Amino acid sequence: MQALSHRFTWLLIGGCLAMTGCASTSGGNPLDPFEATNRRIDAFNDSVDQAVLRPVAKTYFDYTPTLLQTTVQNFFGNLRDVWSVVNNGLQLKPKETVETGVRVAVNSVVGLYGLLDVGTPLGLQKHPADFGQTLGYWGMPAGPYVVLPLMGPSTVRDAAASLVDSQGDPWGYINPVASRNQGTVLRLVDKRAQYLGLDNRLNEMVLDKYSFVRDAYLQKRRAQVRRGPPTDAEDEQENFDRPDKK
Amino acid sequence: MTPLLNQKEGLSMWRIFAPVIFSLLAALPAQAAQQAPDVFLQELSNELLEVVRKDPAVKAGDLQKLTNLVDTRVLPNVNFQRMTASAVGPAWRQATPEQQKRLQEEFKLLLVRSYSGALSQIKDNQSIVVKSFKGNPDDNEVVVRSEIRGGKEPLPLDYRLEKSADAPGGWKIYNFNLLGVWLVDNYRTQFAQEINAKGIDGLITTLAERNKSNSRK
Repeated sequence: MQALSHRFTWLLIGGCLAMTGCASTSGGNPLDPFEATNRRIDAFNDSVDQAVLRPVAKTYFDYTPTLLQTTVQNFFGNLRDVWSVVNNGLQLKPKETVETGVRVAVNSVVGLYGLLDVGTPLGLQKHPADFGQTLGYWGMPAGPYVVLPLMGPSTVRDAAASLVDSQGDPWGYINPVASRNQGTVLRLVDKRAQYLGLDNRLNEMVLDKYSFVRDAYLQKRRAQVRRGPPTDAEDEQENFDRPDKK
Repeated sequence: MTPLLNQKEGLSMWRIFAPVIFSLLAALPAQAAQQAPDVFLQELSNELLEVVRKDPAVKAGDLQKLTNLVDTRVLPNVNFQRMTASAVGPAWRQATPEQQKRLQEEFKLLLVRSYSGALSQIKDNQSIVVKSFKGNPDDNEVVVRSEIRGGKEPLPLDYRLEKSADAPGGWKIYNFNLLGVWLVDNYRTQFAQEINAKGIDGLITTLAERNKSNSRK
């Protein structure tokens, strides 16, 4: 599963680099020069989701006990927190590093390998961070927006960084491989199940899902890599309701 | 010197005028209330969370009740015209007042409908904690930050406010940012695509159709 998505990622990055020369002809979003290709991959992802992932996730959500689902989320969330600690450290964020670190320690030991989340009630919050964010934090531009097959919205920087992320994920070192793959599938299904309510709603609240998701993703990533809270200056918003102000 | 009013008469006069005077005094601060922006938002968030928690119908997404709640409790604190203008972008200035009115109505319906489902996700232990405002309270436009607490990670929720004399707390919200995404900005591309293809009336029609098909579901 992971190997598969790796191959896709590399293919896509290669494809992007190859396309850089001949792309960006339309007057679309300058951050999305590969819009036509992205839209096709997005449609492909949607159809795979509708045909396979969504039904499976729905069955999982409806027929497994909530307690089991919570446990699955706790366990994989704890593994994810390990890598967040590393990246918060790389971004020199002491509070986030320590808080997430203590959280991992408490959940791994007291919470039985992370099956229980004892950290949250103790006020130990998680501060998710990934390698793409770390690269952005140190000044690497995001590059064009890309939609990865089966993985969804990303940018050239974040797609490349996700390869490092998957190396930094403790689950990738579980043996035997069969158990690892089963776990990865469970993790994916569980993740998808958490968004079951949202996806239909999204179709209702937007006119064009592709550009809405793209803009939200890019905005969110920009906010995540910003050093500290945004300054009011970069938050300046034009008031179109005031005719005198151009 | 004869007193104009004897003591008895004075007391009865006082009885008549006191309520009037007190109500005037009470009304004065309400008129001039210019709360600190963070205080204003904290009170508003608490109030709304309280209402939603106590009303199972609203929580379950009863559209009628929710619209009523939005109209009476939320919209007086929101500059919705500015929000819509911002989502529509430069084309707003070309729109006729009638078109502007229709755009606001349809956009409101779209948002209320979209967020009605999210209310059922509110858990009892969740709260909104507004961070203390560090900007200049004399500014006419400010950004106030808050966090939704109670989950595994704090979710950032920021607001843009403008000073407004006719708002209950002296401020009106004109944009908000959940998880790093400014809502109004995120609609701009959507709306611009429609306007470029079909004009302002085309956008109104598309929004109306979307709202109609949503209400059928």
